[in-house]
Amino acid sequence: MALFSSLSEKLNHVFSKLTKHGRLTELEIKQAMREIRIALLEADVNIVVAKQFINKVSEKAVGQEILKSLSPTQQVIKIVNEELIALMGSTNSKLEVSGSSPTVIMMSGLQGAGKTTLCGKLALYLKKQGKNPLLVGCDIYRPAAIEQLKVVGGNAGVEVFEKGTQDPVKTSEQAIKHAKSYGFDTVIIDTAGRLQIDEDMMQELERVKKAVNPTEILLVIDSMIGQVAVEVADTFNKRLEVTGLVLTKLDGDTRGGATLSAKAVTGKPIKFCSTGEKLGDLEPFYPDRMASRILGMGDVLTLIERAETAISEEQAKKLEKKFRENTFTLEDYLTQFDAIKNMGGIKDLLSMMPGLGGKMNLSNLNIDEKQVGQIKAIILSMTKKERRDPSILNASRKKRIVEGSGTTVQEVNKLLKNFEQTKQMMKQMKNNKMFRF
Amino acid sequence: MGLFGKFKNALNKTKQSFLSKLDDLFKRSIGDDFFDELEELLISSDVSVKTSMEIVENLRDRVKTERLKDKDFVIEIFKEELTNMLLEGGKVEIETPAIIMLVGVNGVGKTTTIGKLANKFIKEGKSVTIAAADTFRAAAADQLSVWADRAKVRIIKHQEGGDPSAVVFDAIASAKAKETDILIIDTAGRLHVKANLMEELKKMDKIIKREYPEANLYKLMVLDATTGQNAFSQVEAFDKDIGINGLVLTKLDGTAKGGFIISLSRELEAPVCFVGTGEKIDDIEDFDAKEFIEGLF
Repeated sequence: MALFSSLSEKLNHVFSKLTKHGRLTELEIKQAMREIRIALLEADVNIVVAKQFINKVSEKAVGQEILKSLSPTQQVIKIVNEELIALMGSTNSKLEVSGSSPTVIMMSGLQGAGKTTLCGKLALYLKKQGKNPLLVGCDIYRPAAIEQLKVVGGNAGVEVFEKGTQDPVKTSEQAIKHAKSYGFDTVIIDTAGRLQIDEDMMQELERVKKAVNPTEILLVIDSMIGQVAVEVADTFNKRLEVTGLVLTKLDGDTRGGATLSAKAVTGKPIKFCSTGEKLGDLEPFYPDRMASRILGMGDVLTLIERAETAISEEQAKKLEKKFRENTFTLEDYLTQFDAIKNMGGIKDLLSMMPGLGGKMNLSNLNIDEKQVGQIKAIILSMTKKERRDPSILNASRKKRIVEGSGTTVQEVNKLLKNFEQTKQMMKQMKNNKMFRF
Repeated sequence: MGLFGKFKNALNKTKQSFLSKLDDLFKRSIGDDFFDELEELLISSDVSVKTSMEIVENLRDRVKTERLKDKDFVIEIFKEELTNMLLEGGKVEIETPAIIMLVGVNGVGKTTTIGKLANKFIKEGKSVTIAAADTFRAAAADQLSVWADRAKVRIIKHQEGGDPSAVVFDAIASAKAKETDILIIDTAGRLHVKANLMEELKKMDKIIKREYPEANLYKLMVLDATTGQNAFSQVEAFDKDIGINGLVLTKLDGTAKGGFIISLSRELEAPVCFVGTGEKIDDIEDFDAKEFIEGLF
């Protein structure tokens, strides 16, 4: 987020001499592209991919007339953003279903990419869609990998098929038979993590593929991966002809430039993103959001969508009006807590906001269950008048609230402080220029 | 195999493309292209953009002021500068009684590293106990138990979902009672942006200091060599909350170069202590800066 502001600033500087409605010249574009290149590299986009991308964008940008509505900086970012989205695939892509049951999905990827966890998430996802998936444990190398799959399978309420350390080819063949006899319509095969240069291990995957002819071969990629992403994705794709990519650990603060690298080198769609520790944290991939993230523009779209599902439209309208008029009260604060909890925590939300993540001190804003209970108790111990105007809270009023809620004065003060901070942030969001993009 | 044979071997796999690129590079004269491509070489090893630019700029100045013409000599200077950057992180010697706490994000190889470290210390004649304080990930303790068996060391574990600090507490009591030289603590891999994890780690840190102040505590951060620029953010977060004494670089057995440690180690003022070079129990080495840089070229 802060990165975006710095990129913005740098571009503004590049274009500072540009007359307002002139054309972008080659020299200016070149300087601007230098900054874009740095931004992409800092986001872990592969250096070769970045270079090709910059060339393409430069061509588009040179000679473009500057639109009245946008500054040159905005215009360049708009072009870059559009090209990024185009490169990552314009719509999100769904899982293929096999004509004859069962549909077989095979996982592949490096060690530690998050394949086993993803298997559980995908199984739950499919189950929610009315499918009847079967998980198959074929990681016979990592100690307790099958145990782990059994636990995540158990949590998802999905059966796990395993034959200990038996050859994965044999196990997956048996699993398909098992699925056919017991009416499982989807088979998800977990495989061991391996290096793309490990010949024996790559051959093993090829043998499993040959034996079970998967409908989907997903390459699982850790979104924190660096320059090597290109090589990894390229090799796996060449050996296995993967059908799609899955990004994991996107709940961190990585900018995920590897997405671009992997997509560019394989041309395969990104089918899912894993966005949290919980089994339900699996989302379809949206290229536009990823583009914003790579450029450090904040994931505004995701934020809006999450807010939409957690707060009803009517509620949202009311809330928006309150933000706008700055009449957000402690009562609203209270009603928002549950909604915010459903959206994945306020810190998560705020970190997605453009221009906020870097600026605000978010450390005071962690919310845990116990605290929420406390906050509710405190607010409920206030009179209506107090909730609407906390500035009237003097020592004796606070003492009453403390007794009523079974908390301490410090906790009451902390709540008031947090509330003020939230209000401040709402104000900033309202004034944030980046929202007009 | 020599002291760093395996380490070099691992790097060898990665260095071919590097070397051929460099060969191409050095056939040319020392001009702008030379420096540009040098910069690209660093960036494609995941050295940060800023650092890559700075190092190359310094080299450019030096070549200019000292009027250097010999390419081999320039490359030697360059290697030396990179090595020095790594050495600025200092050095860590594990002195017993020691507690080594391994931390890091998900999937970097903490549990595997613990198995390897335990084995290494046993071979050095030390007594070792490991504590399975990753009570979060499914079957993490089972995985660690397998490693404990392989290395033939004692393991202290609780139920999955239990309090990791309680595991640490018990492990310390046991290590004290048995006068164990080194206690290695496995912790849950969680993304560094998760505040709860950081609180959990702080609590463990506090308990160690309270329960066993005589022990030398080493908080080592495990980093995956395939990671990109996010490595900086990871280390920054962990260091801020619990203070990191050293780094362990894992998965340096592929094509990933882990170049981020060049600037990371200096900024953090903490050295890379160990390097994971493969999947077998012996695949761990003491880190050697010169060897690392040599291996890259």
